[in-house]
Amino acid sequence: MMQNQSDPIIRLQGLCKSFGDMRAVDAVSLEIQRGEFFALVGPSGCGKTTLLRMLAGFETPDAGQILIDGRNMTNVAANKRPINMVFQSYAVFPHMNVAENIAYGLKIAGLARDEIQSRVEEALTLVKLAGQQLKKPDQLSGGQRQRVALARALVMRPQVLLLDEPLSALDAKLREAMQLELVHLQKTVGITFLIVTHDQSEALSMADRIAVMQDGAVRQVAGPKALYETPNCRFVADFIGKINLFEAMAAPAGKPGRIRISSILFGDQELDGNARGSVTLAVRPEKIHISHHRAAQDGLISIAGMIMDISYFGGYSNIFIDIGTGHPLMASITNFHPDGANAFSRGDPIWCSWRDTDTLLLTD
Amino acid sequence: MENWRKSPIVFMFTLLPPALWLTAFFVLPLSLLWLFSFGEKSGITGIDITWTLANYARALEPLYLGIFLKSLWIAGATALICLIIGLPVALAISFASTRTRPWLLLLIILPFWTNLLIRTYALIATLRGNGHVNSVLGWLWKIFGAQFTPLEILYTDGAVVTGLVYVHLPFMVLPVYAALDRIDRSLIEASLDLGAGHVRTFFTIIAPLAMPGIVSGVIITFIPAFGAYLTPDLLGGPDSQMIANVIDRQFKAANDWPFGAALSFILLYAAFFGLAMRGLIGRRAVMGRAP
Amino acid sequence: MKRFAKLTRRAPSGLLDYHRRWPLRLVMVATLIFLYAPVVALMAFSFNDSKRNIVWHGFTLKYYEKLFANTELMQAFANSLTIAFFSTLISVLLGTLAAIALWRFKFPGQRLYEGVMAMPIVIPEICMGIAMMAFMARTGWPQDLIWPLNLGAIMIAHVAFSFPFAAIVIRARLESFNRQLADAARDLGASEFHVFRDILFPHLSPALLAGGLLAFTLSLDDFVITFFTSGPNSVTFPVKIYSMVRFSVTPEVNAASTILIAMTIGLTAIGLRLHYRSQFQETAK
Repeated sequence: MMQNQSDPIIRLQGLCKSFGDMRAVDAVSLEIQRGEFFALVGPSGCGKTTLLRMLAGFETPDAGQILIDGRNMTNVAANKRPINMVFQSYAVFPHMNVAENIAYGLKIAGLARDEIQSRVEEALTLVKLAGQQLKKPDQLSGGQRQRVALARALVMRPQVLLLDEPLSALDAKLREAMQLELVHLQKTVGITFLIVTHDQSEALSMADRIAVMQDGAVRQVAGPKALYETPNCRFVADFIGKINLFEAMAAPAGKPGRIRISSILFGDQELDGNARGSVTLAVRPEKIHISHHRAAQDGLISIAGMIMDISYFGGYSNIFIDIGTGHPLMASITNFHPDGANAFSRGDPIWCSWRDTDTLLLTD
Repeated sequence: MENWRKSPIVFMFTLLPPALWLTAFFVLPLSLLWLFSFGEKSGITGIDITWTLANYARALEPLYLGIFLKSLWIAGATALICLIIGLPVALAISFASTRTRPWLLLLIILPFWTNLLIRTYALIATLRGNGHVNSVLGWLWKIFGAQFTPLEILYTDGAVVTGLVYVHLPFMVLPVYAALDRIDRSLIEASLDLGAGHVRTFFTIIAPLAMPGIVSGVIITFIPAFGAYLTPDLLGGPDSQMIANVIDRQFKAANDWPFGAALSFILLYAAFFGLAMRGLIGRRAVMGRAP
Repeated sequence: MKRFAKLTRRAPSGLLDYHRRWPLRLVMVATLIFLYAPVVALMAFSFNDSKRNIVWHGFTLKYYEKLFANTELMQAFANSLTIAFFSTLISVLLGTLAAIALWRFKFPGQRLYEGVMAMPIVIPEICMGIAMMAFMARTGWPQDLIWPLNLGAIMIAHVAFSFPFAAIVIRARLESFNRQLADAARDLGASEFHVFRDILFPHLSPALLAGGLLAFTLSLDDFVITFFTSGPNSVTFPVKIYSMVRFSVTPEVNAASTILIAMTIGLTAIGLRLHYRSQFQETAK
């Protein structure tokens, strides 16, 4: 069967895995495109690592199929799959030097010595470790060991590279630098990267598409912008970035396809939609504008409140406003705009407003 | 941990050889001995397994019961003396500086690594009529101008106990030290802060907290002492026989293998009982730190 | 007590400096003297130019010469070394297999297996020696084999009680193995064999050596079990010393003992150094 280059490189169909009574992965189906930088995110225990390990071949699924490049590899052993993994602890072999580590898979594959040597050098240059061939792992920093792990996997020229929480062990500055490097690396090498992380901001900044998981199931798969601006459920809205949530009730509004949303804060509103029962209204903090005066404009929602707290972050501040619901509203304001956070202080009575269309309606 | 079915070949490869060795050269011989304990002699070398309990019954005769009791009392004395000496030593080590501690432990354990035979033999040279102890005492006596008759230390129960203490002291020091090491120092400081003296702190705070280690030490000193063979053989007199010596005789001079087997198994059960006690007490100590 | 500490002009004795308090120190020193004096005296007197072993007459090596000339003793020594060598090899092999099986796999009867493996360590030596002897006699173990096969019975018995010790040492080392290393190797295409040879074995090698040294010293030093499984043609060093001790206490025995002590302590020292070096390397990562 001729493989169409636009076919997904990985297709997971109905994968299930349980450990005893615990359902780690619950009927997950996913497609990952060639050349994509794909991220699996979710809180700890959501099943993302189990999914990754099933893909790599270290766990066998209880049900479902794994197709890699069109071939069913569900029961193929890990050492025979065209996939390589960078482990969370890097798993660099401590008793071998850098060159031997990188060459290990090539040696097992039986490549010629010259071929191995040139590939190893190529890989070292790629991860910016040229000249470190003879160093032993205990002479390297954490970041350098990670590059060794990367090089060791990439040198095998896999169809997909899996990365398990690659940045969790690095300090904040290094983490940011590595985020950019990984994206750059992926574009240079051109192969599909699949990264698992619990840090949603990491996924947002690196990935082309993201799958958000909760309790073993995929809640939403979308690009970072779509995920941020149009989450499809309360969990995704809350997990990705920061958001303000309000309880509301939805009921039919007479005309078919129209519903009435009632909430303490906003009174009644009519929208298109089919939701029923309790729903959630949400708005992102940076969409909220605060001012000492009430803004009176069409299509704007305005609420009065009092500033409870200001968290200063240098370029921007998070302002927590008491709006009488017991749960503070959070607005994110840049500090150096004329209407910026520097104009406000604790205890100020203010008006918060945002565009009507920036309110998200979320079910469950 | 993998389920063994995932890699059955590797599993069999790693499990079977040791398992087979154990079965063939440990379980089987012990089982054979166990069968013998229910047997009777037939002819010079034959043994019929008649499932008789006569051998075990014979073990309860006054003669043999007496030897059991003697072994119990010698082992008990050994454990007690090991405790009296070992506890202060363990205390000293556990409160020593972290630099000297491993060296002190090593010093205590090192004798354990020399051959039992050699250590016992060294004691013979020390305890006998013209041995070191007596020559030192004789020299002291001479200084004070008194008549000295050499002490008959060797070939007595006392010599056996000395020998057993000599060999088993590390077994007491190590678990007691481990237990002492685990005690939170601030508990001791609190006791002192509240006005208790050192001795009182020791008996009301330190000892109870270290009790599992102390009990452990007593048991693992007692059990090997109870089943000791070489020490009573070399250092003991004709009436210092312990149970292991009697067992030995059944298989050599007395040629009563079934009886020897029965005695061996009684010794074995006693050892297991002691270990079970130790396990129970250990577990209760871990769980029972309740309000 | 405090005045005493001041007298020795060290840092003031803290409340918990028990090791500084003189009663404990006294007990400690007395105990160490008690433990070491007899053996040190024994070693010292192996160089003593006197048969009677009590008064120092002069330094001599003649008893060592006599020792080396004593062919029976040398034969016994050779026997001990041979037995120790082979039983160590087999013990390390079996110990490694058992340790890996218990560490890697979950299987029914695991607890039972662990229990049976622990038994040779806890059971009184005489029970094991007698059981082996009875077993050999009953199963008609051939008595007149040539060297070194005639040492087979002893070797087998030694393996039975020393491989559980080796297994414990190796198992402890396995616990510190990062399983992700094996996964990484498999991810790169390694087969079971490759993983063992290239990744697991290098990690284990200090423990294999330490376990081997442990098995070697256990075998070399063993008396009780060997006593019951050896025959007139397969006497080992400790057994031979035993018969010498029964008959006469000559300085040759001292010399022989000194050599055995030196060997045992030397091997133990090497084993400890290996163990601590590998521990140190782990924590330095």
